[in-house]
Amino acid sequence: MILTNNILTIVTFLPLVGAFFILLTPGRDEVAERNIKWIALATTVVTFIFTLVMWGMFDPTTPNFQFVQNHVWIGDVIGYRMGVDGISVLFIVLTGLLMPMCILASWDSITFRIREYMVLFLVLEMLMIGVFATLDLAMFYVFFEGTLLPMFLIIGIWGGKRRIQASYKFFFYTFIGSVLMLLAIMAMYWQAGTLDIARLLQFEFSEEAQFWLWLAFFASFAVKMPMWPFHRWLPEAHVEAPTAGSVILAAILLKLGGYGFLRFSLPMFPDASLYFQNFVFFLSVAAIVITSLVALVQTDIKKLIAYSSVAHMGFVTMGIFAGNVYGVQGAIFQMISHGIVSGALFLSVGVIYDRMHTRDIDAYGGLVERMPKYAFAFMVFTMANVGLPGTSGFVGEFLTLLAIFQINTWFAVVATTGVILSSCYALWLYRKVIWGALEKESLKGILDLNTREMVTIVPLIILTILFGFYPAPLMDAMAVSVEALVDQYQMSVGLAQ
Amino acid sequence: MVQEFAGFASLAPAYPEMLLAVGALALLMIGVFASKEISTAITGIAIGLFVAVAVLIVFQSSDGVIFSGGFINDAFARFMKVLVLTGSAFALVLTVSSASENGLNKFEYPVLVVLATVGMMMMISANDLMSLYVGLELQSLALYVVAAFKRDSGKATEAGLKYFVLGALSSGMLLYGASLLYGFTGHTQLTEIAQAVALGERNPGVIFGLVFLLAGIAFKISAVPFHMWTPDVYEGAPTPVTAFFASAPKVAAMALLIRVVFDAFEPIARDWQQVVIFISIASMVLASFAAIGQNNLKRLLAYSSIGHVGFALVGLSAGSLVGVQGVSIYMAIYLTMTIGTFACILALKNEDGYVETIDDLAGLARSRPFVAAILALFMFSLVGLPPLAGFFAKWQVFLAAIEAQLFVLAVIGMLASAVSAFYYLRIIKVMYFDEPEASYAAPAVELNVVMAVTGFLVLSYYFTIGGPLTAWAQVAANSLF
Repeated sequence: MILTNNILTIVTFLPLVGAFFILLTPGRDEVAERNIKWIALATTVVTFIFTLVMWGMFDPTTPNFQFVQNHVWIGDVIGYRMGVDGISVLFIVLTGLLMPMCILASWDSITFRIREYMVLFLVLEMLMIGVFATLDLAMFYVFFEGTLLPMFLIIGIWGGKRRIQASYKFFFYTFIGSVLMLLAIMAMYWQAGTLDIARLLQFEFSEEAQFWLWLAFFASFAVKMPMWPFHRWLPEAHVEAPTAGSVILAAILLKLGGYGFLRFSLPMFPDASLYFQNFVFFLSVAAIVITSLVALVQTDIKKLIAYSSVAHMGFVTMGIFAGNVYGVQGAIFQMISHGIVSGALFLSVGVIYDRMHTRDIDAYGGLVERMPKYAFAFMVFTMANVGLPGTSGFVGEFLTLLAIFQINTWFAVVATTGVILSSCYALWLYRKVIWGALEKESLKGILDLNTREMVTIVPLIILTILFGFYPAPLMDAMAVSVEALVDQYQMSVGLAQ
Repeated sequence: MVQEFAGFASLAPAYPEMLLAVGALALLMIGVFASKEISTAITGIAIGLFVAVAVLIVFQSSDGVIFSGGFINDAFARFMKVLVLTGSAFALVLTVSSASENGLNKFEYPVLVVLATVGMMMMISANDLMSLYVGLELQSLALYVVAAFKRDSGKATEAGLKYFVLGALSSGMLLYGASLLYGFTGHTQLTEIAQAVALGERNPGVIFGLVFLLAGIAFKISAVPFHMWTPDVYEGAPTPVTAFFASAPKVAAMALLIRVVFDAFEPIARDWQQVVIFISIASMVLASFAAIGQNNLKRLLAYSSIGHVGFALVGLSAGSLVGVQGVSIYMAIYLTMTIGTFACILALKNEDGYVETIDDLAGLARSRPFVAAILALFMFSLVGLPPLAGFFAKWQVFLAAIEAQLFVLAVIGMLASAVSAFYYLRIIKVMYFDEPEASYAAPAVELNVVMAVTGFLVLSYYFTIGGPLTAWAQVAANSLF
């Protein structure tokens, strides 16, 4: 009982315990640094185990929030409210899964100020899990916006050459986008009289209020997602961030926007969501086509993957605002899959960057001769990125396209070209980096994946293929919640018969 | 005999002020007649006195209106007085380590701080234009001297003179406003003014008086357009003095403003709300943009404090219970952040003296990781980034503004806070992203303690003081309505 009641608190704040011990670790020598790394790894692994335990205890047959904790905390307004449903539980597990890999990916590549680095990462994990676990709207904002603090420092301290500009851009795009959402949250409080998300979901806002609230939330989530044309911060942040930072950014932080759309925009402002449906479709399709084209001409590997992320997020927004079961399921699946695949792609880039210290596509070629294991791993992730059937990337794209086809054929047709374009740039990247003859002198001595890298990458290969062939574990967990969400949405806008 | 005793007991609501005033005089005597230099001991006793008075206020002081309606003690006054005493006590703690460099190692300094604090407590409890002015002037006169306390420094003297001249001007405006109010309403007591205002026609004389009064107080809280003295005085005065200026007097003046507008001008709330909204927007916007160009740390903090006064006024603009609660919480958190930030600045000293410009902070994260981490924490908190205390401060005041449907004010304020992030982040950037240039000596023990305590409170606000502080501020705000 104690575990059931407090599992969310444990999962959320466990990383802070690890951070605390890291701060207490004495010394500044190599031994201390090694201890710090091991503490961080142990914390994230234990947290991951707890997220799995939570998933195990989760009852997928009810759409209600589970493991609920509800205490009024600050001035009868802000509460300590926790709870998960079929939508958020998967994101918590995803976060738990990727964190140990980030720590491992930073094992040798982060060479200075390791203590601060690990503390910031653990704080970041706490905040990200908190976003998904909280049921208080103000605390959602606190966690959501709080992620800026560690990420700003991670990019700014351990980033590449243009890290300062990238970190500023990251901070200001997201911060300015979010302040309007904060005002919208306050307005919702005065209208509904509570910040409890479970109760807000039952509250019906007037149509005019919905219009403004939707726009304010959109400003925040569209930047976070990011949707075209608010994506300008993303490529820079990705390129300059250290490998683990890119992984977290692509795999989790971008999902906060999608999660926000699902949790708030669609169910709480259904009329406005319908009103803006075509607007969102337009931006999504534009993102899919335009950023795919932009990706084609990139010379920096990380930038190419970053643009492809924007394109893939286009499918997510499209699916969410299609507002039917296929769309929402596809969107969630696409987010989880993209979390795994894009995370894995950035990890893969990190592998060769650690060896050659360049991300220039032209600097590579013929890696397959020296790195067969790496070539195989990179191929799996490339195929998943393209959306090849049999990989996890296929399921989400297929479902969202199916969903939008029911609503608007033209958008579906244009969006489908994005699938073709994505295979162009992804395969082109693969050919340039992996195939061809190994001609460059500098590459002749390059080594294949070591054990540590295998440990981070092999599980992701397995998951990519597993969810491609057998998506049921994810689908079962979310199905009931998604149905309830979609029913409620369609009831409110009068689509259901 | 019995009657006299009863008369003294009826003064119970003012016991804390009396204790503090008597304490100040006693300290003065000790200082004058002591055979050798004992400024540190007097500072210590003064801090103890502040703590004792704060304890007395929390546990022993009773509600009531005394001195023929000139002095009021209620939950709101207690809340603000505890803040002021905390601010003054910490300001004295910050003085100790650098007293001799700054010429503050004279026994008059702590005595003047105590006297200024008595003035602030009178301001907070003022229920009459007369006692309001007396309290304000007691505070101001002590502060003028404190600003110019470092006599052989040109900058400090200039700062003191500037502060005095402009302060005298503002006092004049305030007096003029008070005389207009008396002339048109026939009363000096706030509640009676309110009655007269409610009964009478909408009178231009009263409005004029109100505006002059607000202008005088706006000067004290350094709100735009009466802020010009702030950057100069902050820069010129010795840093511990600046820390004092930025903390307790701001709280006292804000409390005075709240009491005046609610007790005396509740019936014409729309009129003063317009003024408050204007100075709030002006302060937030001007401070955000003006601070970007600053390279001197203390000037930057001056603009920062102007901006934060603007944010606090957002809550007052709402003119509601939630708004007053918001301002009270805002001032408490602002006080914590200000004290902590100045402790960080005072902790950075090397052979060239104290840190002056932002560039001096380059690479601090490597040379002094603890100070850098705490300072970064405060900067993030001043931005208003959750989960730090600064966010919850902004939350409370903007919540009130949204309730009052002041959407334009709220949006402008939020955008101003986004702009202000630019200069706060610059400090973090310099400390964390740049390479170290200067090295600094280890900070004094008490500065480390202050940094640790304030840093902890700001970091753990949601879990520790957030709940109790909000509840107490609610009780305080309730007593005004």
